[in-house]
Amino acid sequence: MTGAAPKKVVITGIAGRLGRVVARALHHDPQFVLEGLDRREFVGRPKDVVHHQVDVRSKKARDVFRAGDVAALVHMGLMHDPRATAADVYSWNVAGTMKLLEYCQTYRVPKVVVLSSADVYGPRPDNPQFLSEDAPLLAAQRFPQMRDLVEIDHLASTFLWKAREIETVVLRPVHILGSVHNAPSNYLRLDPVPTLLGFDPMVQVIHERDVARAVSAALAPGVRGIYNVVGPGQVPLSVVLRELGRRTLPIPHPLAKPLWSLAFRAGVSSYPVAEFDFIRYICMVDGSRAAKDLGFAARSSLRETILAVDEPA
Amino acid sequence: MAVADWIRRRIADATRPRPDPVAERTRALAVRDNEYGFDAFGMGRDQVRTAVRVAGWLYRHYFRAEAKGLEHVPATGRVLIVSNHSGQLPYDGMVLSAACMLDAAQPRLLRSMVEHFVPTVPFASYLMARWGQIIGTPENCRRLLEDDEAILVFPEGARGISKPFSKRYQLAPFGLGFMRLALATNTPIVPVAVIGAEEQAPAVNLRMVAKLLGTPSFPVVPYPPFVGVVPLPVKYRLHFGEPMVFTGDPDEDDEAITEKVTAVKRRIESLIHVGLRERKHVFW
Repeated sequence: MTGAAPKKVVITGIAGRLGRVVARALHHDPQFVLEGLDRREFVGRPKDVVHHQVDVRSKKARDVFRAGDVAALVHMGLMHDPRATAADVYSWNVAGTMKLLEYCQTYRVPKVVVLSSADVYGPRPDNPQFLSEDAPLLAAQRFPQMRDLVEIDHLASTFLWKAREIETVVLRPVHILGSVHNAPSNYLRLDPVPTLLGFDPMVQVIHERDVARAVSAALAPGVRGIYNVVGPGQVPLSVVLRELGRRTLPIPHPLAKPLWSLAFRAGVSSYPVAEFDFIRYICMVDGSRAAKDLGFAARSSLRETILAVDEPA
Repeated sequence: MAVADWIRRRIADATRPRPDPVAERTRALAVRDNEYGFDAFGMGRDQVRTAVRVAGWLYRHYFRAEAKGLEHVPATGRVLIVSNHSGQLPYDGMVLSAACMLDAAQPRLLRSMVEHFVPTVPFASYLMARWGQIIGTPENCRRLLEDDEAILVFPEGARGISKPFSKRYQLAPFGLGFMRLALATNTPIVPVAVIGAEEQAPAVNLRMVAKLLGTPSFPVVPYPPFVGVVPLPVKYRLHFGEPMVFTGDPDEDDEAITEKVTAVKRRIESLIHVGLRERKHVFW
């Protein structure tokens, strides 16, 4: 690609921790110039990255695309705040995503990468060990708080078929571990870690830097589709906790729900009760399609990935 | 002096490292485990060893099982072990697994399928996975067979395990799923007859209670605790038959598949007849 003009990549949610990890990875690549789109301030912004500190639903966000020179959108600016009101989260996540996809179609952005999550399949006792990309997204069935994320995934998957001229890629990574402040990493940073007595599901984890690599692989020309993104493998939850040297607090599951919702309402815990199912049942995916089509394989080992939650950012 | 000598010899004898066949056999298992010792389905080699010790004791000392035709279980490669099912609790599965672990020339880990509710039960939820069991979905089976593993199938399912004493050694209707899997993955089927399990918990079916509770059956045994938790110390006899290979379209209609399933059922029936003719007594 020497000689070609660098391609402009707009990243939403760039100011978040995962956003910064992805931005750092893409920043190293000379074929891209980055632009951030986030209503938060971009701390530690490299000089040559333009940052638009605006709401994605605003007119100013449209102006970012209006020039028509955006080569790709990486959409990862989703709000996961469990304490925000449902209306706020819905408007930000779903309406925001709809707007962005609309801009992409109007201003002919040839590539759209949406970072969804493998959580959208939902943890269920009768899940097959490895879910393929065609499995139904059932997370919202037992877990209404997940409805937005499932809907965004649906929006993006529909967009993949609706806007045939655009290469849309939907990535569904497994639990992302690292300096990020997402639910799985925060959970593993608790001490003692509450677990459910008598339950120890297999979990899949991926290092945040491997997620950045997957995003970068998805930006390659010609790639479109829905991909599960898996890390170096799967282990029982108890092994993850042992590797991190955490004490555990096993709670009998009939007591767990009332105790946990009490803790949530008291502000002690920030995990919605329904997320318990993620430490009770499996929700694992098959990443072979991404391995075949994107040539993606995680580089961090299982141990490195697990220990990444304790690394300073 | 002689006494002191004798004591010393006894102590030396008791503390001498003994050969541990279970540990050796577990080590010899060909499984795909990762750096932490777990395979993709959550099977852990260390936990399997513990399970094999328990199953091995039942196999050797409680049920004093005899296995015939174990040479028909291939040393490597995918295989479906198809057996009759009975006895209220799946001790037949434990004994079959112990036979393939302890007495086959090359130890094989039989992976059996558990009901979908098991992952909701505390402890059973993960112990079943650690011991190599899988949740009974076709996707899971296909994946394991493609990885050249051995799967234990009871096509009678719940109908078989809860059958009353009066129906012993009469096979309940077979499910068809295992045959479709065998055809799709080109897997040989090894039929097995388990003799003994059908008498381990002689139950009668209380149809009225079952109707009241809305369960398919309500078996009770005529001795405390009246449910078939503790099996009678029957003698197990396992008769493994020659592998059967089927070819055809896995998506054929039920009729065509039933024909092939019936062939397997007939084989198991004839193995049962041979087994019943050969045995002298239920308990020894």
